[in-house]
Amino acid sequence: MEKAKGKVVSVNESLVGAENTQGAIMNGEVAYIILEDGKRLKAEVIDVKPGKLVYLQVFEDTSWMKVGDIVEFTGLPLAVKLGPGILGTVTDGLQNPLYKLAEKEWFLERGMVVEPLDTNVKWHFTPQIKKGDVVSGSSILGTVPEKMFQHKIFVPFSVQGDYTVEHIVAEGDYTIKDTISTIKDSLGNTMDLTMAFDWPVKKPMPFHERSVPTETLPTGMRILDALFPIAYGGTACSPGPFGAGKTVLQHSIAKHSRADVVIIAACGERAGEAVEVFKDFPELIDPRTGKSLMDRTYIVGNTSSMPVAAREASVYMATAVGEYYRKQGLDVLILADSTSRWAQALRETSGRKEEIPGPEAFPMYISTLISAFYDRAGVEILPDGSKSSLSIIGTVSPAGGNFDEPVTQATLLSTGAFLGLSRELSDARKYPAIDRIDSNSKYSSLISDGEVRFLKDLLREGKTIASNLVLMGERGITNEAYTTYQKSELLDAVFLQQNSFQDVDGVTNPERLRLMFNMVKKIIDTSVHIETKEDIRSHFNFLRQAFIDWNYMKMDDSNFDNQKSKILNLVKQKAHVKENV
Amino acid sequence: MLKKTYENIDSIGRAILTIQAKDVHNKELAEVIYPDGRKAFAQVIALNGSKVTLQLFAGGFGVSTNCKVRFLGNPVQVGFSDEMLGRVYAGNGQPIDGGPQLVSDMTRVAGPSINPVKRLIPKNMIRTGVPMIDVFNTLVRSQKIPIFARAGEPYNRLLANVATQTDADVIIIGGVGLKYDEYHYFKERIEEAGSKSKTIMFIHTHRDSIVEGLMVPDLALAVGERFALQGKNVFVLLSDMTQWSDYLRQVANAQDQIPANQGYPGDLYSQLASRYEKAADIDGAGSLTILGVTTMDDVTHPVPDNTGYITEGQFFMKDGYLELFGSLSRLKQQVNDKTRDDHRSIMNAMARLFSEAEERVKAQKFGSVKDEYSLRLLDYRKTFQKELMDPFRYLELEDALDLCWDILANHFKKEEVVLSSELVNMYWPENQKFKILKNSTNE
Repeated sequence: MEKAKGKVVSVNESLVGAENTQGAIMNGEVAYIILEDGKRLKAEVIDVKPGKLVYLQVFEDTSWMKVGDIVEFTGLPLAVKLGPGILGTVTDGLQNPLYKLAEKEWFLERGMVVEPLDTNVKWHFTPQIKKGDVVSGSSILGTVPEKMFQHKIFVPFSVQGDYTVEHIVAEGDYTIKDTISTIKDSLGNTMDLTMAFDWPVKKPMPFHERSVPTETLPTGMRILDALFPIAYGGTACSPGPFGAGKTVLQHSIAKHSRADVVIIAACGERAGEAVEVFKDFPELIDPRTGKSLMDRTYIVGNTSSMPVAAREASVYMATAVGEYYRKQGLDVLILADSTSRWAQALRETSGRKEEIPGPEAFPMYISTLISAFYDRAGVEILPDGSKSSLSIIGTVSPAGGNFDEPVTQATLLSTGAFLGLSRELSDARKYPAIDRIDSNSKYSSLISDGEVRFLKDLLREGKTIASNLVLMGERGITNEAYTTYQKSELLDAVFLQQNSFQDVDGVTNPERLRLMFNMVKKIIDTSVHIETKEDIRSHFNFLRQAFIDWNYMKMDDSNFDNQKSKILNLVKQKAHVKENV
Repeated sequence: MLKKTYENIDSIGRAILTIQAKDVHNKELAEVIYPDGRKAFAQVIALNGSKVTLQLFAGGFGVSTNCKVRFLGNPVQVGFSDEMLGRVYAGNGQPIDGGPQLVSDMTRVAGPSINPVKRLIPKNMIRTGVPMIDVFNTLVRSQKIPIFARAGEPYNRLLANVATQTDADVIIIGGVGLKYDEYHYFKERIEEAGSKSKTIMFIHTHRDSIVEGLMVPDLALAVGERFALQGKNVFVLLSDMTQWSDYLRQVANAQDQIPANQGYPGDLYSQLASRYEKAADIDGAGSLTILGVTTMDDVTHPVPDNTGYITEGQFFMKDGYLELFGSLSRLKQQVNDKTRDDHRSIMNAMARLFSEAEERVKAQKFGSVKDEYSLRLLDYRKTFQKELMDPFRYLELEDALDLCWDILANHFKKEEVVLSSELVNMYWPENQKFKILKNSTNE
């Protein structure tokens, strides 16, 4: 098909109008606008209007563009290159590897193009098929080792119908540019295959067979794993005002969650935060694999000062890569920070197109896009019967910290767990500042349902008593109620609060979580009889201190069991009092 | 390049002009030539067929349909040279201190952002001598952080203090919407502190056009960035970004843009971010730190709200105090484990107790606070406020940490403060023998 052409007729920041002078235009196709200095700016068709007018959103700065500049349409939608070599890298929202770009320029000058995947690296390919085999889209040609995984090389998912293998290379080292196989359809048309192929980022990859999220995805964060769990293949959102700890929460999950692959979509957020990840992670060893944390990580960074139009692309880029690794049979977790910035990018473009605005000037279709995005998460049953998953945790940055706004509301309807971050808690330094009462999750916890209810009931009761305390003072409530209040405060302080910056306390594995829960339950279940409120407070102060010391000890520390006994003794001391009375 | 002049002006607004012209570049600089030969700058902001929309640096008042517009064939640039140190410029890049025009390199304004891989993780504490900053919300080289305050709070004094008390190589002051006396204050403070020779000022006061005000941060940051690339540690002060956002709102409104929240354009976040994100510690070069001012009444207002999501924390000033709650330095964790071993722990303990006291303040209004512990908490809160929250008290970090221990020991028992026994043994002042607190009470 002949490629379409056009010329620029209007420029308004990232929205460019073009007149289609030749050929057919597809909504969503990629186009390049050629500036007078020869630089080619990547853009995407977002609207086709009467009078041969085409609207493009340009992924780069449109300075120095002129009316009359040439537009070349590609006929292809915005795509991601899928193949070995993605893990461990950092790219911008259009899959340009940032380290390669930095070799050319310190600043992100526009129009720079680099191969998305390294074409010089040789991968050791082991074929799994032979000449004469019949294959179709997503058949496995062979594998190459990538980091700690065997990376499956597929027949591109877009290939329709059956093909016969004409040729497959022998085991050996190949680049992603080398032809590794030739296949032929029934009409005799042949196709050369390499180890990488393109996939349109906005098109959800079809599931082989879809299942539902049931299994808890341990994150190492006690408040999540116990009260508001996330599931393999599930979705969660964490809305919150600035300063409530969204970023620390995301980083902690990126480090400690039990996923095979973690993809971080830094969408419209601070560059410094992405930098912390890709400069720190290579140094950190994942205790479960013994390899660098970066080996399981891929970062898409379209930070807040990068061109706005590419923000949307970056989220989809991350998702398509996630789906691809799910096809590899892995458990993938996407952390999208922040979906509000993505929505704002849509709002900017919509405003420039002069679409009729919805609430807070967001486009009317924002909720549909958000739901469709989260729907790309899920559990997949692969042809060999094995299960893999893609989970998505999105942060939301609601204006003014008010959850009653279009993006938060649409997100709440689309996700399975709601981790509401609260400024009140973060001011009180109760981290993670996830609201203990209002948050929820429909996934199953690492502790039993009954135990979850037990904790939540105590927290609610504690909150009620706390408000009575404010109104009536310590003298206005009974010793019994005061004890319950202290128990709920203790539960919060030693179990729900967690110090992300402390190595041991920062991550709690399921085994330790159980141990800690049992201890907390023991304390709560033990009825204490102490005469004065001051003594009650002091008793729980000592308990809290001992518990926190315990939290900071490694499980293989020689003092670990001593400290545990110390806590138990403290509990017993006051329990005895009751018997003596 | 051939410079074309056009005469057919279509419309003139408060800040915007449209004209029929050809072969014009997006973002090109132009000059409006008045019938009497005077000139004022303008910049192309949108193109639609032969209609060109320009933003007028000097405003639309006095522009007539018989003015001419000449397109200059270059983007907006700002001069850059070491000679600029000690000088004062306006938002159009022209000197306003009576000194000579400088022949200098021209550098681009509002250029692309630095590749994130060229950024270093910020690791160097900036000692300011302000206890609420150094102890509780440590400032870190390359941080971007504003002061949130009501108009009328002494934020500019704090800004000037911090800039001059630190070891910055270059200070750039970007004044947006300053009252004349504020401009004068900055000038005086810089001279008093002996910092004039390392300071450049870009000043927009209320008598200048809003478009010039909009330009100030870009000029200040472009020049700052060049110094940083030369290996200098640069401090850029931006006061006041709320007024800047207001100008942005006015210009967007003049262009008939659909407003998002409270009339601000939908891209307010991106606009603020592309300025603040210029802050960076550059691998193989220097650094750029941004200290801003965001005046506000309510933190949920769109400007402080968007700013909070962009910057790495904020200093919250209220009633002349630097508040503990509401203030935040996101980068403090990068440095406060390398200062003194008790820094992090005491910071957290002080904050936790202060938060407990805060709850009692509410309860006190109901007359329900009578127990001894609560009363001690309230006393603690008062001492804390008096000793630590004054933004203009100068204390070295180590003294400030000692003062924290003094305050704790003055009000609490050891087991009430929830600090590890190890630290308590090392730092707890026994028998009320204070290192700092006593001295200051004697004064």
